[in-house]
Amino acid sequence: MRNVDIKMLKQVQHDGPLDRITIMDFSYTETQDMIRETLSRFLADTYDFDSRNKMIASASGRDAGIWKALAQDLGMLGASFSEEHGGLGGGHLENALIMEELGKVIAIEPYLQTVVLGGGALKAVGGAIADAVIPEIIGGNVIIAFAYAEPQGRYNLANIRTTAKKDGAGYVLNGHKGVVYAAPWATHLLVTARTGGSGSEPNGVSLFLIDANTAGIVRRDYPTVDGFQASEVYFENVAIPGDALLGDEGAGLPLIERIVDEATVAVCAEACGVTAKLHSGTLEYARQRNQFGQPISRFQVLQHRMVDMFMEVEQSKSMTTMATLKLDLPAAERMAAVSACKAKVSRAAKFVGQSAIQTHGGIGITQELAIGHFFKRATMIESQFGSADHHYARFERLTLAD
Amino acid sequence: MQLEFSPEELAFQQEVRTFIAENYPENLRSVQDEGHDLSKEDFLSWHRILAKKGWIAPAWPVEYGGTGWTATQRFIWSEELAAADCVGTMPFGLSMVGPVIYTFGTPEQKAQFLPGILSGDDWWCQGYSEPGAGSDLASLRTKAVRDGDHYVVNGQKTWTTMAQHADWGFFLVRTDSDAKAQEGISFLLINMKTPGVTVRPIITLGGEHEVNEVWLEDVRVPVANRIYEENKGWTCAKFLLAHERTGIAAVARSKRGVEKIKSIARTEQDGDRPLIANPFFKRKIAELEIDLTALEFTELRSLAGEAAGKGPGPESSLLKIKGSEIQQRITELALEAVGHYGAPYFRGFGEGDNEHPIGPDYAHRAAPTYFNTRKTTIYGGSNEIQRNIIAKMVLGI
Ligand SMILES: Cc1cc2nc3c(=O)[nH]c(=O)nc-3n(C[C@H](O)[C@H](O)[C@H](O)COP(=O)(O)OP(=O)(O)OC[C@H]3O[C@@H](n4cnc5c(N)ncnc54)[C@H](O)[C@@H]3O)c2cc1C
Ligand SMILES: Cc1cc2nc3c(=O)[nH]c(=O)nc-3n(C[C@H](O)[C@H](O)[C@H](O)COP(=O)(O)OP(=O)(O)OC[C@H]3O[C@@H](n4cnc5c(N)ncnc54)[C@H](O)[C@@H]3O)c2cc1C
Repeated sequence: MRNVDIKMLKQVQHDGPLDRITIMDFSYTETQDMIRETLSRFLADTYDFDSRNKMIASASGRDAGIWKALAQDLGMLGASFSEEHGGLGGGHLENALIMEELGKVIAIEPYLQTVVLGGGALKAVGGAIADAVIPEIIGGNVIIAFAYAEPQGRYNLANIRTTAKKDGAGYVLNGHKGVVYAAPWATHLLVTARTGGSGSEPNGVSLFLIDANTAGIVRRDYPTVDGFQASEVYFENVAIPGDALLGDEGAGLPLIERIVDEATVAVCAEACGVTAKLHSGTLEYARQRNQFGQPISRFQVLQHRMVDMFMEVEQSKSMTTMATLKLDLPAAERMAAVSACKAKVSRAAKFVGQSAIQTHGGIGITQELAIGHFFKRATMIESQFGSADHHYARFERLTLAD
Repeated sequence: MQLEFSPEELAFQQEVRTFIAENYPENLRSVQDEGHDLSKEDFLSWHRILAKKGWIAPAWPVEYGGTGWTATQRFIWSEELAAADCVGTMPFGLSMVGPVIYTFGTPEQKAQFLPGILSGDDWWCQGYSEPGAGSDLASLRTKAVRDGDHYVVNGQKTWTTMAQHADWGFFLVRTDSDAKAQEGISFLLINMKTPGVTVRPIITLGGEHEVNEVWLEDVRVPVANRIYEENKGWTCAKFLLAHERTGIAAVARSKRGVEKIKSIARTEQDGDRPLIANPFFKRKIAELEIDLTALEFTELRSLAGEAAGKGPGPESSLLKIKGSEIQQRITELALEAVGHYGAPYFRGFGEGDNEHPIGPDYAHRAAPTYFNTRKTTIYGGSNEIQRNIIAKMVLGI
C-alpha cells in the first residue's frame, strides 16, 4: 500500500498563442486501483437501496458504523493524507476516485466535508493543528462540517457577514451560516468569518476550525432533499481560542478558494458516479420495460437520448480528470480549469438526471425506485459550490477579457 | 497520472516547430490568408515537402514509410501543424487507401501504389457513396462483371471529393448480386483516366467545387487491381472506416478556430464596446471553449486507452459527434461575429480575381465556410448513424 506514485503536474510552457497541455499518462497506480476496488466492494455490501433508506429514516439520519468501518477497517479516510500523518500518501486523485465510488451508491457519508474540505485546509496550513487533527480524521473520530454559505451570499465566498472579533488571545464569533451539510453529525466546524473589512471585500476574511460543541453555537437541524442532514448554524457570542485560526488573520480567502475548488472537483467526481448510475439504471430499465409489444430500448428516439446521456457521462469524466490534474496549478489557471469542469458537469448532471426520469415514465417520479434518488442528488450537485451560470461567469472573467 | 511532456518530447516539439517555420511554403500561406480556394498544386506543394522530409505518413508502419513516432509524438505533430495553420494533407491516399493496401494488398500492389501515395504523385479519391446508397452503404449497386483478366464496371458514384484532381480512385462495387448485401462487394482500384470514367462537378453551398459525380460506363479494370478477395471488400471498407475516424475530433484545429473567433470578437465593435464584451456572445465562446476542452480530454483518454491496447473502440463515434458539432459551432460563431460583412459573395473568387474583396479579411469566407461545414455532421457516417453505432456497440441496445 506504500508505493503511491502521483506525479506533480508541470505545465508545459508555450510561446504560441494556444495554451497547450497534454496528458501522456492516464493510468492509475496499483494502490489507486486497490482503493477503488476495496471501496466499491464494501459499498456494494453496505449501501443497497433499502439500507440507505433505513439509515436516512433513522433518528440520526445515518449509520455511524459505516464511517468507522471506512476509517478503521478499510483505511479509506487516510488515502489522501501523507504518510507522516498516518495516511497513504495520496492526494486529489484519491479523493476523486473515492468520491466517484461514493456517488455510485449516493452515499451520505461526510467525506467531502471532513476529508476534502477539512483535511484540505489542514494540509494546506500544516503545523501543530494539522498534526493533531489529521490523524483523528484518518481514525474516523472527527467529522467536520463546512460553515461558509450565508443567506445573502449566494456563491460568493467573500460575501460574509459572520464576524470574528479579536478578544484577548482568542476571538468571538457572531453570525448565521446556512445549509451546513453534515453539521448535525460534526465534531468540528470549519467556519469562514470576517476579522476585518465588509461586504465582499477580499481582505479581512479568515478561516477557523472550531469545536462544534462550543457554547453559543445554536443549530436548527433538518434533512436535505438528497438524503443528507444539514443545519442552520447560529453563532451567538461564541468564544473560540486563537489557535482555531487556520492561516493568517484576514488573509484567508485564497485558502478558502483553494479548498472550495478542491471540493468542487470532488463533487464533480461524485457526479461522475451518480450520472454513470443514472445512465446504466436507465439502460437496464429500458431493456426490460415492454410497451407496444417490445422493449422500449428498441425505440430509436430513446436510444439516441441514452447515447447523449452516455456522452455527457464520458465528458464529465474527462473534465473531472482534467480539473483534478490541474488543482495544483497557480490560482488563476486552477480556477479556470475548475470552473470549466463544474460548468460542464452541472449541465451534464441536469441533462442525465432529467433524461433518466423521462425514460422511466411514471415510475421515475416515485420514491420507489433508486433512480429518483440518484436524480435528487444529481440535482443538488448542479448548484453545489456554484451553478453552471456561476462557473461560466468565473471562467469568462479569468479567460475572456476584452 | 500525469500531465507533462518528457524532455525528449519537448525537444521533438521544438524540432517540428522549427521545421514547419522554416519550410512551410510562403505562397501557400498568402493564398490561405487571402481566403482563396486551394488548387491541387497548393495542396501538393506542402505534401511534397513533407514527403521529402519523410514525415508525410506518421501513422504508417516504418517498413512502409512511416516515421516510427510514438503516439505522443504524433499528437505533438498534429498540434503543431494546427497551431501553425498548415493546410491538411489529403486523407484519401494517406489515411484511407494506403492503410488498406499495406494491410490487405499483395506485395506487387504495395510496390505499385504505396510510393505514389507517399510522394503525392498519385492523387486519390473515394468512390463509395451512390445516389441510392448513402448511410446504407451496403445497398450500393455499381456492378463489376468478370471478363477474363478484367472487371467491367458500370454504375454511378456521387459526392466523390476532389475526384476532379484524381489519378486513382478506390471503389466499392458489387461483384455478386445474389449474396447478402455486405457479402457481394469487392474493393477495386480504378485509374481515373480509364475510358468510361466521367467526372462531373457538384457545386456546394459555399460555391466550392469540392465534390463530384463519377459515372462508370463499361470501365475495364484489371483483376490485379482488386484488393483482398473477391466479395470480401466489406472487410476493407470497415477497416478503412475505423482509420477514417481517428483524428476526426480535430481538436487542435478547432482550438485554432476558437482563437480566431476570440480575435475577431476583440476587433469587431458592438456599440461602444468590443463584441467579446457582449455577455451573450462571450457566453457562447465560453461554452464552445469548455466543450472543446471536454472533447480534448476525452480524446486523450481514448488515446491513452489505445496506447494501453484497448482501442480505438466504437466510442470513437463520440469523438466524431462532438468534434463535428464543435467545428460547426465555430463557423457559426465566426459568421455571427462578422455581422453585416457575412453577406458579400464573391463569385469566381480565387480564379485570378485581383480586386480586393469588401469588408475585413476575416469576413470573406465566414458565410461560405459556415455553409460548407454543415457537411461534418453528414459525412464520415452521419451523426445519427454514429449514435446508432454507440447504441448498438457500446450500450448494447
Ligand atoms: C403524476 C402522474 C399522474 C398520473 N395519473 C394518472 C391517472 O390519474 N390515471 C391514469 O390512468 N394514469 C395516470 N398516470 C399514468 C400516465 O398516463 C402514464 O405514466 C403514461 O401513460 C406513461 O406510461 P408509463 O409511465 O407506463 O411509461 P412507459 O409507457 O413505460 O414509457 C417509458 C418511456 O418510454 C417512452 N416510450 C414509450 N413508448 C414509446 C414509443 N413507441 N416511442 C418512443 N418512446 C416511447 C415514453 O415516452 C417514456 O419516456 C399518471 C402518471 C403520472 C406520472
Ligand atoms: C462534402 C461531402 C463530401 C463527401 N465525400 C465523399 C467521398 O469522397 N466519397 C464518398 O464515397 N462519399 C462521400 N460523401 C458522402 C457521405 O459519406 C454521405 O453523404 C453520407 O454517407 C450520408 O449519406 P446521404 O448523404 O445519402 O444521406 P442519407 O443516408 O440519405 O441520410 C439522410 C438523413 O437520414 C439520416 N439517416 C439515415 N439512416 C438513418 C438511420 N438508420 N437512423 C437514423 N437516421 C438515419 C441521416 O443521418 C441523414 O440525416 C461526402 C459527403 C459530403 C457531404
